[in-house]
Amino acid sequence: MAGRGGRGRGRSNMTFSLENLGIGRGEALPPSSLQPSPLFPPMTFQPVPLQTGEEVEYMLALKQELRAATKNLPYYIRQSAARRDVLRYSDKYHRDEARDSIMDWRPDWSRLPNELCIKVRKSQKKVLPQLKGTKTTTSGKEEVLSKLEFLEKKEEIVNSEDEEDEEKKKTNEEEEQEQEEELDEEEVEEETDYIMSYFDNGEDFGVDSDDNMDEATY
Amino acid sequence: MTAQEVRLCGLLLQEHFGDVVEKVGTHLLRNGAQHLRAIVQETGTPMDLVKKSLCVLIQHGACAFSSGRKGPGSPVEYQASFERILRILRYPRYIYTAKTLYGDTGELIIEELLQRGHMTMSSTVKTVADRLTLNMEEGHSMEYSEVSNTFSKLVETHFLQRCPPVEVAGKAVSATPDPATTPGAPANNTTPSTPESFADCYKVPHVTLIGRGKRRNSSEDGEDQRNAKRAKEDPETHGDEGIYWQVNFERFHLHFRDQAIISAVANKLDQTSSEIVRTMLRMSEVTTPPIATCTQALSANEIFRSLPPNYNISRPILDQYLTLLVDDPMEFVGKSGDSGGGMYVVNLHRALANLARATLESVVQERFGSRSARIFRLLLRKRHLEQKQVEDFAMIPAKEAKDMLYTLLSENLVQLQEIPKTPDHAPSRTFYLYTVNQLPTARMLLQNCFKTVANLIERRLFETKESKRLLEKSQRIEAILASLQASGAEPEQLTEVEEMITPPEKQQLESLRHHINKLDSAENQVDETIFLLESYIKSTATATR
Repeated sequence: MAGRGGRGRGRSNMTFSLENLGIGRGEALPPSSLQPSPLFPPMTFQPVPLQTGEEVEYMLALKQELRAATKNLPYYIRQSAARRDVLRYSDKYHRDEARDSIMDWRPDWSRLPNELCIKVRKSQKKVLPQLKGTKTTTSGKEEVLSKLEFLEKKEEIVNSEDEEDEEKKKTNEEEEQEQEEELDEEEVEEETDYIMSYFDNGEDFGVDSDDNMDEATY
Repeated sequence: MTAQEVRLCGLLLQEHFGDVVEKVGTHLLRNGAQHLRAIVQETGTPMDLVKKSLCVLIQHGACAFSSGRKGPGSPVEYQASFERILRILRYPRYIYTAKTLYGDTGELIIEELLQRGHMTMSSTVKTVADRLTLNMEEGHSMEYSEVSNTFSKLVETHFLQRCPPVEVAGKAVSATPDPATTPGAPANNTTPSTPESFADCYKVPHVTLIGRGKRRNSSEDGEDQRNAKRAKEDPETHGDEGIYWQVNFERFHLHFRDQAIISAVANKLDQTSSEIVRTMLRMSEVTTPPIATCTQALSANEIFRSLPPNYNISRPILDQYLTLLVDDPMEFVGKSGDSGGGMYVVNLHRALANLARATLESVVQERFGSRSARIFRLLLRKRHLEQKQVEDFAMIPAKEAKDMLYTLLSENLVQLQEIPKTPDHAPSRTFYLYTVNQLPTARMLLQNCFKTVANLIERRLFETKESKRLLEKSQRIEAILASLQASGAEPEQLTEVEEMITPPEKQQLESLRHHINKLDSAENQVDETIFLLESYIKSTATATR
C-alpha cells in the first residue's frame, strides 16, 4: 500500500490499477487508521428486537428449568472440594450429599468399554484397606456405619445381585473418597510411636449419635 | 473443528455437566480420537474423574468409543462429536415440539430422555408417570398404559429410536443381528453404523408394565420414600433390559424443516397455499428419504382428497393455487408431469436454499442498511458484475456504491474475481468482477452464529457472577419464606422476612432477571438461524454428491 500515498503524482507501484477498482485520480481516500478498531464500535443500525409471544416465553422457561435441573442430576460432576488443613465437623455431612447423587446413576456397563468400569478396577484395591483395617479403626467404623445406613435405606431387597452391585459400588465410591483419608492417617501413624487404637480423639462422639440407636448415652 | 465451535461446545458442556467434563470434552474435540491414558496425562485430571466424565459423555451420545487404529491390541479410543453437543442448544425446541404434537405426556417423555441421554422404556414410563401424577389433583394418578401408548406413538412416528447395540472387540455382541452393515472384523470398525442400520430400530419391545404413577407425600420424606420405593422397584424386570431408547434428532429436524417451509409459504402467499403445502408434506412424510432433494410426486387428485375437511375449496381453485405455487419465484413447488391432473413435488433442496438466501439477505440488510442489501441481492442474482455495472443496476450514486461495496468486501460478504485479458495479468487489462458465493458465505455466517451464541452465554455467566451475592441472598430469603409458609406463620412475619431485601436490591434483581431472560431468548433465536444454515449446508453437500 506504499503507492497509495502517491495519488495525484501519477506514480504507482501497485500490481492493479486503481481506476479499475473505481478510485479515480485525485480523489480522496479514507484516512488510514493508526490504532486497532474499538472493542465496542458504535452501531449505525440498531438490531431488530427479539421475538415475543407465548411460544417464545414457554421455550425460555423450558431452557431455564433445564439448566437448573441439570445441576442436580448425577451427570453433573463436581471436582471434590480442596482439602482443608483441619478436618472439620461439617465435612462429614458435605461428603454424604455428594455421595447420594452419585448413587442414583448406574450406567449399563455392558455398553461401555471395560476400562471405564470403576467397579472392576477398584475391586483390586479392596485388598489394601482390609489389611490396614486393624490399624485404622475410625475408617472401619465409618464403613460399617455407612453400610448400616445403606442397608436401612434398602429395606427388603429380593434381588441379591443388585444388593451386591450396589454395595460394591457404594464401597467403591467410599473407598475413592476414603483413600485420601487413609493416606492421611497412614502419615499420622508413621510419625508417632503410639498405638492409634488407644488414642481417642473424640471423633467417635458425633459419629455414634448419628445411628438411631435407642440405647441411652451416658 | 473451528475455534468457535470448540469454544461453544466448551461452554455448553460446562453449563450442563460441570468443569471436569468440559475439560475432558474440549480436549477430545481439539485433538481427535484419543485413548484413556493420553487424556489423563494431557488434561492433568485424576483417572477416576476422567472415567466418570467419559461415562457421562458416552451416556449422552456425545462421545463414541472404538477399538484403536493400530490393530486389535491397541487401547480403546474415544472421540467426541461436536454436532451432538451442539444439540443441547436446541433441547427447548424439541421439548416444545413434542408438547404440540403429543401433549404433556409426550413433552415429559422427550424431556426425560434428553436429560438422561438414553433410558429403557420401562424406566422412562415410570418416571414420567410419577412426574405427571405429582401435578394432578389428589386422588388421581397416571396410568402406566397411557404413558406407554404415547411412547409407542412416538416410536411409530420415528421421533424415538433404539440405541444401536455396542460392538467392540472383546465385548458380547447384542442379539439384534445385522450382518449387512457390520464389517467382518469388529476390531476394524472405523465407520460407525447409524442407529437406522439396525433392523429393529423402531420396534417397541413387549413390556409388561401394569401400574399407576406414585405420588410422594411431602418433599422432606420424599427422598427416603423414593429410595425405599426404588429398592422395591429395582428387582422387577419388565422384559426390556438392555434395550435403550434415544431421541431421534434427525426426525425432529425434518419436522422443523417442514415447519419452516410452511411458514415461509404462509408469509409469502396466503394461508390456503400453506395448507396445501402442509398436506403435500404430510402425505410424503413416510415415502421421502431424509436426504431427498424433493418429495415424491403427488397428483392433484390425491392432494384434493387429502386436504383437511374444514378446507372445502373446489377442485378448480385447488388447481389455480397449485399453478400459483409453481409459478412463484421461490420455487417451493414444482410440476413434474401431467398425469392424474398434474403431478406436483415440493422442492425441498431449493426451498432450503431460498430460505438460506433470504437469511443472508436479511443479515446484510440489518447490519449495513437497505441499499447495501440491494447491492447484495443484485450480486446474488447476477452473479458477476463490474464496479460500473453495480452502480447502474442498483441505481445508487457511484461514490456511495463504491463505499458500500468496499464495506461488504472488507466483511468478506462479497468477493473479488479477477479475469485477465492477457497472460501477464496486467492490471490495466484485467476485469475485476464482484461476486457473491452463497455456500461459502453461509458457512461463514454459521461460524458467526456460533461465536454469537458463545458470546451470549459468556455474557450471561458474567452477569450472574457479578450479582452472585445478591442472588444467593434472594434464594436464602425465598427458602426461609417457603419454610415459614409451610409451617403456618403469620403475615407479619412473612412481610418482615420479605423486607430483608431492600427496594434498590429488588430493582437490581429485577433488571438482572430481565437481562438474563433477554440473553436466553436471544440464544434460542440464534439457534433457529443455526438450524436453517446447517440444513442448507448439509442439503447442498448431499445434493452435489
